[in-house]
Amino acid sequence: MISVNSLSKKFNNLLAVDQVSFEVKQGEILGFLGPNGAGKTTTMKMLTCFIPPSSGNAEICGYSILDDPLKVRNQIGYLPESAPSYDEMLVGEFLKFVAEIRGYSGMELKRRVGIVIEKTSLNDVENQMIDTLSKGFRQRTCLAQALLHDPPVLILDEPTDGLDPNQKHEVRCLIKEMSEEHTILISTHILEEVEAVCTNTMIIAKGKVVGYGTPDELLSRSMYRNSVTVSLKDEEPRKLLNEFNQLDFVYSVEHLQEDRENVVTMRLYPNNKESISMKLEEYLFEKKAQLEHFSVDRGKLDEVFRQLTAVD
Amino acid sequence: MSGFLPIIKRELLAYFRSPVAYVFIIIFLIANAGCTFLLGNFYDSQQASLEIFFLFHPWLYLFLVPAVGMRLWAEERRSGTAELLLTFPVRLTTTVFAKFSAGWLFIGISLILTFPMIWTVHFLGSPDSGPIITGYLGSFLMAGSYLAIASLTSSMTKNQVISFILSVIICLILVLSGWGVLSETLNSVFPVWFSDMVSQFSFTSHFDAIRRGVVDIRDLVYFISIIVIVLMVNVIVLESHNAS
Repeated sequence: MISVNSLSKKFNNLLAVDQVSFEVKQGEILGFLGPNGAGKTTTMKMLTCFIPPSSGNAEICGYSILDDPLKVRNQIGYLPESAPSYDEMLVGEFLKFVAEIRGYSGMELKRRVGIVIEKTSLNDVENQMIDTLSKGFRQRTCLAQALLHDPPVLILDEPTDGLDPNQKHEVRCLIKEMSEEHTILISTHILEEVEAVCTNTMIIAKGKVVGYGTPDELLSRSMYRNSVTVSLKDEEPRKLLNEFNQLDFVYSVEHLQEDRENVVTMRLYPNNKESISMKLEEYLFEKKAQLEHFSVDRGKLDEVFRQLTAVD
Repeated sequence: MSGFLPIIKRELLAYFRSPVAYVFIIIFLIANAGCTFLLGNFYDSQQASLEIFFLFHPWLYLFLVPAVGMRLWAEERRSGTAELLLTFPVRLTTTVFAKFSAGWLFIGISLILTFPMIWTVHFLGSPDSGPIITGYLGSFLMAGSYLAIASLTSSMTKNQVISFILSVIICLILVLSGWGVLSETLNSVFPVWFSDMVSQFSFTSHFDAIRRGVVDIRDLVYFISIIVIVLMVNVIVLESHNAS
């Protein structure tokens, strides 16, 4: 649905996007991850034909962004970064305007506006001036605008930026819901979001792709992958730490917390990031240890993120 | 052409939603009356015609039209809505001409609201309606040329004030180049063909004939081509803005 071929963008002397290539297939949600200024927004602006690329090409549903920009725009619903909309219009008026510009009229226009208002729960503010809306409602108004023509591809630039946790949750649910019918590219710098909604993730830094894979694949790069955190009650914490260090499936032990009432909390790193929870459980059972806490880490995305995007 | 009408509708709505529109219309009407009756000594001229009324339009438009046009693109870029508007499936040329047309219609509406002037001259005598009609037509076309320039300068900046000042300066040059005093000065330094050429580019020299009821096709072509050419430059400016 989206196929990007060594897309580059140069602003004066700054290479904002450097030979980026990727593909998003039908029904996928690709999370576009990167620090501020990594080139996420620039890439999206090129895909929506807002700015032309310096070199490279991309195809949306088979239409080239260089040769068929109008057809490309018909296939895309776009939520720009700051969710802009016209302050002096009512929500309903604004959506009607967008529907008209997209070529709808009469009953079909009413039906479509009705559907997106329903989908984005804008019923209560339909007759309110956009100027007076809260950030969350503005975001949803702009999202509604992107859904009007039921586009096969959605490009959402930081859709949850500036929302409160409830609103974030709502927007994420909405995005997940929509992924059944749409191919979605979302950019974000919120890592939890990627784990919450994306089927695939791409990390870019300084305009280059530095990581690509499912969220789980990226997590497996973390040094915390399959590490186990345990809290045990024991009279002699020092000795205990040593004991764990001797185990053949444990690579190293990290003492995490100061002991309080003889409770030791430590993190055990496995050899080669293998899963050690079964072996460890057996061992603790035999040892008749007094277990207070036991958790396996899938890996920390923020640590992988820093690893891949750190400025050297 | 799809998208043309919705954009015009939205722009007009934006004009009339803001108090600026009403302030503009009121100032436009008061300034017109003030110029005609006070500066132009309308009654002393003893003529039932609108010649004096139209005489001041190039100077009125100099400040008022850039005020209408300054927000056309600058506001769109400042608020980020340009990113929406320019990613709809509409040709950039269509969008530029639609936004311009909305502003032009708005000025047209203001111009129509000067209709009491027509009553006045009809009340005072029996005016020739030819020059009145051509005067309005010429004034409207000239306003379009001013507005096209304002639209162009508006696309060059996010700042409405800069846009306003730039377009006032450009329009001032185009008004002054037809000014008699300037032509004489130029004549004394340069050959006659040069000052003729300079005044050929002026709004006033083309408007004067129409104002007097003489419709020369060349004057109409002048204004229309100014509008079209400047708006095409406007399109190019917007395109190159995005490219760099």
